[in-house]
Amino acid sequence: MTSSTQQAEHEHDHAHHGPATGIKRWLFTTNHKDIGSLYLLFSLLMFLIGGGMAMVIRAELFQPGLQLVDPHFFNQMTTVHGLIMVFGAVMPAFTGLANWMVPMMIGAPDMALPRMNNWSFWILPFAFLILLASLFMEGGGPAFGWTFYAPLSTTYSNDNTALFVFAVHIMGVSSIMGAINVIVTIVNMRAPGMTWMKLPLFVWTWLITAFLLIAVMPVLAGAVTMVLTDKYFGTSFFDAAGGGDPVMFQHIFWFFGHPEVYIMILPAFGVISTIVPTFSRKKLFGYASMVYATSSIALLSFIVWAHHMFTTGMPLAGELFFMYATMLISVPTGVKVFNWVATMWRGSISFEVPMLFAIAFIVLFTLGGFSGLMLAITPADFQYHDTYFVVAHFHYVLVTGAVFSIMAAAYYWLPKWTGYMYSETLAKWHFWLSLVSVNILFFPMHFVGLAGMPRRIPDYALQFADFNALISIGGFAFGLSQLLFVAVVFKCIAGGQRAPAKVWDGAEGLEWDVASPAPYHTFSTPPEVK
Amino acid sequence: MHAPLLRKLLLLVLGMFAFAFALVPLYDVFCDITGLNGKVELTAAEASKEQDLARKVDVSFTTHTQGQAPFKVQAETYQVTVTPGTLTEVSFTAENLSVDARIMQAIPSVSPGMAAKYLHKLACFCFDQQSMQARQKMSFTLRFYVDTELPTDIAELTLAYTLYDITDRNAAVYVMPQYPAIKQFGDFERDAVGKGYVYSIQAAVYQQIRGLSHG
Repeated sequence: MTSSTQQAEHEHDHAHHGPATGIKRWLFTTNHKDIGSLYLLFSLLMFLIGGGMAMVIRAELFQPGLQLVDPHFFNQMTTVHGLIMVFGAVMPAFTGLANWMVPMMIGAPDMALPRMNNWSFWILPFAFLILLASLFMEGGGPAFGWTFYAPLSTTYSNDNTALFVFAVHIMGVSSIMGAINVIVTIVNMRAPGMTWMKLPLFVWTWLITAFLLIAVMPVLAGAVTMVLTDKYFGTSFFDAAGGGDPVMFQHIFWFFGHPEVYIMILPAFGVISTIVPTFSRKKLFGYASMVYATSSIALLSFIVWAHHMFTTGMPLAGELFFMYATMLISVPTGVKVFNWVATMWRGSISFEVPMLFAIAFIVLFTLGGFSGLMLAITPADFQYHDTYFVVAHFHYVLVTGAVFSIMAAAYYWLPKWTGYMYSETLAKWHFWLSLVSVNILFFPMHFVGLAGMPRRIPDYALQFADFNALISIGGFAFGLSQLLFVAVVFKCIAGGQRAPAKVWDGAEGLEWDVASPAPYHTFSTPPEVK
Repeated sequence: MHAPLLRKLLLLVLGMFAFAFALVPLYDVFCDITGLNGKVELTAAEASKEQDLARKVDVSFTTHTQGQAPFKVQAETYQVTVTPGTLTEVSFTAENLSVDARIMQAIPSVSPGMAAKYLHKLACFCFDQQSMQARQKMSFTLRFYVDTELPTDIAELTLAYTLYDITDRNAAVYVMPQYPAIKQFGDFERDAVGKGYVYSIQAAVYQQIRGLSHG
């Protein structure tokens, strides 16, 4: 073979490797950047749909009494809002970020298993189509809370429960495939010289998250399968009349459920650990301790599940064990928070929008962590259990925690993805409106919760009226502010000021070595990592 | 090059799926060994070989129905004082309140939960499903003893029976008409035997009415 034919073939190859055109590009794509974009856009859509349900909830709770929706529909809203936000918004957003950034950060040409990658995304819309469609069917969608406690989901649920079960199965299969892909990519496809302790922290946190996903998503699949057979095939896993035990449902569910909350926050830790050094213009303080802290949080997450169940009647020894194990998690989490603060200490900080979201994350996530510590105190938990205090707690860690970190990541990498700078003015408006409204929305929930307002109920006692009106106003403002985010994202996709390859002067990492927008194929020849 | 790792990860996934189901027997074994959860054996025990005549333990009996199961079961004596190791008999009267034949299953539970494994039953109506004719009255005998190993800090324990209607295992929730407040949430339908009101009610509302709450 002569060198000229080799070259011709080489060019021929390149012509084939560009993106296909039209809808087929997206349906059949095996490109990690395309699939990353699909995940992120899907997650944005789900965020808006789940947010719409939150608006229904807040509209109903604006005043005491039943006015807008009937209680059965209200229950469907709280249930599906939770399911959509957890499985449709937060998890796919992080999977999208992993698809986009992990290969670029480790110098790999693509994900390890690109065809499976295509599958893991494209089954997801069907899962949510099934779940959302059940809302329009006779009897309505799932109304037993996103935790689907038996017997609510077995004896007392309607026949559409099968749709819920299948939707959760598909979501689970999707995230397991995504997690396998991430692990194989990170283990097998690092560029030469990219040793474990040189991995960017976002990659580290995602690796650990992927192992958590593989460990617990199958347990969730088992739990919904048991609900399915209990409801339709006469088994008695959770039915005392047949020798089962409804409390066992809670053990199995929370064995999945507690690692699940770390699945939603560990990648956020990775994002914040990437952004804070960039805008502080310093290396991350305590890289190794960050890796060990993340691993310890992941391990501890398996032995704390019963802190969700203090009021089910546990022996004292059990309550003490789960209380202390839970509190122990605040040690590695504290290591992380102090490391972020130490990174900022005496840095030359600038306050671009990703940094603003990152700082808000550190403050507000820590606040959510503290209310978590309060909930971990067993005797106090008897008072807080099932009140709005719990709602305040997990919205601080999930909205101002996970969601804010996703916003930060989106602003941080948008110029790399689109090749254009986003509108800093609009983005600042988005940040400040979100920051103020999210606190009006969730902070007073602490107070009404401590005063005894129960969660998941469409009505409340009159003394909570003023606070609930305030909370609802905060909710509507926060919901509307997110439309600004949508505007910023689509404006940035459409055009704007050209972004350089290295968008942020303090940024480090392989992703800033490639042009902006990132070419369709990057690192076909692995970079040398020193 | 990815196949070996992929195989290991898939194995892990399958293993964890199996583990979810393995948790079911593990849970029972764990409750059994530790005596947690107040779960009691549904099989007959052997009589005790030793007695501790110096100790006195109060045992009380309560029953309640689950989801408006149409049964009434009552112990003839609300409370008995026993000495550990001594066989004791207690009579229960049972009645099927409905106008057709129903099958009852009683599920026992002991509190405090730690005492569960020290209460042994030689005969109990909870060992079997009880078929009852319409309006039938029956009497059952419970034979039990309290283990001599019962921790000394436990001086009284309660044996609680929950009565289930398992005639139709997927039975609808029975809501008695004395809860008119819930009518605003949907329609009632009189069931085929005219015995009560069937209402495919949303569970949360049902829980509210019952004054319960869930996590």
